[in-house]
Amino acid sequence: MTTLVQRWRAHSSLTTLGGFAVAAILLFAVAPAMLSDFRLNLLAKFLCFAIVAAGIGLAWGRGGMLTLGQGVFFGIGAYIMAMHLQMADAARLHNDVPEFMEIAGIRELPSFWQPFASGPVALIGILVLPALVAAALGYGVFKRRVKGTYFAILSQALAAALAILLTGQQKIGGFTGLSDFRAFFGFKLSDPTNRQMLFFIAAGTLLVVVALVRQLMRSRYGELLVAVRDQEERVRFLGYDPANVKIVAYVVAAFFAGIAGALFTPIVGIISPADIGVVPSIAFIIGVAIGGRTTLLGPVLGAIGVAWAQTALSEEFPSSWTYLQGVLFIVVVGFIPAGLAGVWPMLKGALDSRFRRTAPTSPAAPALVAASTELPTSTTQEKVKSC
Amino acid sequence: MDVLIGQLFTGLSLGSILLLAALGLSLTFGQMGVINMAHGEFIMAGCYTTYVVQKVFSSAGVSLMVSLLIGFLVGGLLGAALEMGLIRWMYDRPLDTLLVTFGVGLVLQQLARDIFGAPAKNVLVPEWLGGGITIMGAVVPKTRIFILVLAVVAVTTLATVLKATPLGRRIRAVVQNRGLAETSGVSSRVTDISTFFIGSGLAGVAGVALTLIGSTSPTIGQSYLIDAFLVVVIGGLGQIKGTVIAAFALGLLNSYIEYSTTASIAKVIVFVIIVIFLQVRPQGLFTVRTRSLA
Repeated sequence: MTTLVQRWRAHSSLTTLGGFAVAAILLFAVAPAMLSDFRLNLLAKFLCFAIVAAGIGLAWGRGGMLTLGQGVFFGIGAYIMAMHLQMADAARLHNDVPEFMEIAGIRELPSFWQPFASGPVALIGILVLPALVAAALGYGVFKRRVKGTYFAILSQALAAALAILLTGQQKIGGFTGLSDFRAFFGFKLSDPTNRQMLFFIAAGTLLVVVALVRQLMRSRYGELLVAVRDQEERVRFLGYDPANVKIVAYVVAAFFAGIAGALFTPIVGIISPADIGVVPSIAFIIGVAIGGRTTLLGPVLGAIGVAWAQTALSEEFPSSWTYLQGVLFIVVVGFIPAGLAGVWPMLKGALDSRFRRTAPTSPAAPALVAASTELPTSTTQEKVKSC
Repeated sequence: MDVLIGQLFTGLSLGSILLLAALGLSLTFGQMGVINMAHGEFIMAGCYTTYVVQKVFSSAGVSLMVSLLIGFLVGGLLGAALEMGLIRWMYDRPLDTLLVTFGVGLVLQQLARDIFGAPAKNVLVPEWLGGGITIMGAVVPKTRIFILVLAVVAVTTLATVLKATPLGRRIRAVVQNRGLAETSGVSSRVTDISTFFIGSGLAGVAGVALTLIGSTSPTIGQSYLIDAFLVVVIGGLGQIKGTVIAAFALGLLNSYIEYSTTASIAKVIVFVIIVIFLQVRPQGLFTVRTRSLA
């Protein structure tokens, strides 16, 4: 994997700064100027998905943990934010309970709602609770060396369990979820300027998240994470505990997903079990896979691209998106595991080896090896053949 | 007391459904370590097979029996096609296979939606399965008993096939040591396809059984798939014994917890119990002893 690390190191920090500057200009100046309020709000929603994707890229692409349950952490963040916004609205109208409870005939505020009446507590909950849940599950699973498909299924079952739990709880909106938020920390959500501010918050968060992931990937920890993915036993023999390495990546991914969920709620205006269950949780994966799971920007751009394509296509042909999503899963995951980010290096590598007769240390090799996380014993060359 | 008995039968009934759904999944998982996310859609295919077959036969009883056979074939052919078309190319990438088969599941779901429409379809239950029997003070619907019997028949048949037939011997050989089996002249290709045919066929049969207790919709497979996965995780790799115990344990656990709390909280508690259980036995109840280091 040295080539991959070297490639990262080769990026001078100047290029990275330039990249961030371009992204910032695009997000903070070009997008608001070019897009209508409606489209800008849509883009803000996509940015939320991109924040989740950045975390998945770290856990799955770098760490080899296929997490099919990011909807759980997204949902925890989203619901805490929704509960806070509901109570803030109720307080402004001098009601004891949020409107939907009044309609349902619930007169007293349930005790688990109370802490989130306070803004700071809600924010702390959003930052801490998803990470705590991920830490608990990660500890239980990784310490006992449960991995691979078993972990994937457990993370998925967690998403199913949470979605079922929320659907059954009338006190938290049940099947219909929570909606009709009037204000966001005192700012009216009906005001376009405030909605633009929400977009800026999402954009800023995404930039910070990407910077954090980049830093993690380039650090010693990032190398260790890749090492655990590719040769967990060897890392263990070297005296590290691979479980801790994995737990950190899983917790960081959950942390990002929680923040993304909290932003999603005021931006979209509704959160329901349908947004966080099994299918949306797996849908988060597709953007990451298409963009390129092992890269930094691949998951982010992939998530935005897929969400955009879904919106555009669903408007025109309602049923075709499911087919396309299915086919994308089959084609990209099955046959282009490195994603779009890997297509160019793959072509370049093929050209290089044809014209310069270099060994398969071409940039394609790491991406392809990285893609197959489960078979550490085979050589790079076998891998390239099998793809 | 009759409440306890009633919950016992609810649990056994749920367990037998889980068993039917998980049996084939466990077989294909054990064979290649590959999780087939389209298994739920194979179950759905079994449901719709029953629906279509019933359009042909006027007697619901005859149609049920014919459906069991055709459902097995439909599920089996879908599974064999999936194995030959996709899964064989990615033996060494189980996680990717999981996602790819999820894609297949999405396509099959939408296909069902386009062919049969999104609203749920109902299948007539044969007269001789109408009503219930009173056992020790609890009324148990006959359909549930039929499914329990069907599950028992499926398990014993599968066990016999695995234990006593040449095909079963080959399947066991490939599960235990693929390389050695091949060296000894077993074609792992043929064995893999056969395993997938049988495993997916069982999903089809599960689908036929499900039409007796509820209506059929394009997403019906999904609602059973995750529970079936959990059964496989608890039961351990590709062991019939483990699958049977795990299915009934989960069924009973669910029905008793559900009785004292609510359905949704029961799901969560069962999930927590499973994670705790994995602390004790990370590889499930039983595992096949293999000589491979994985």
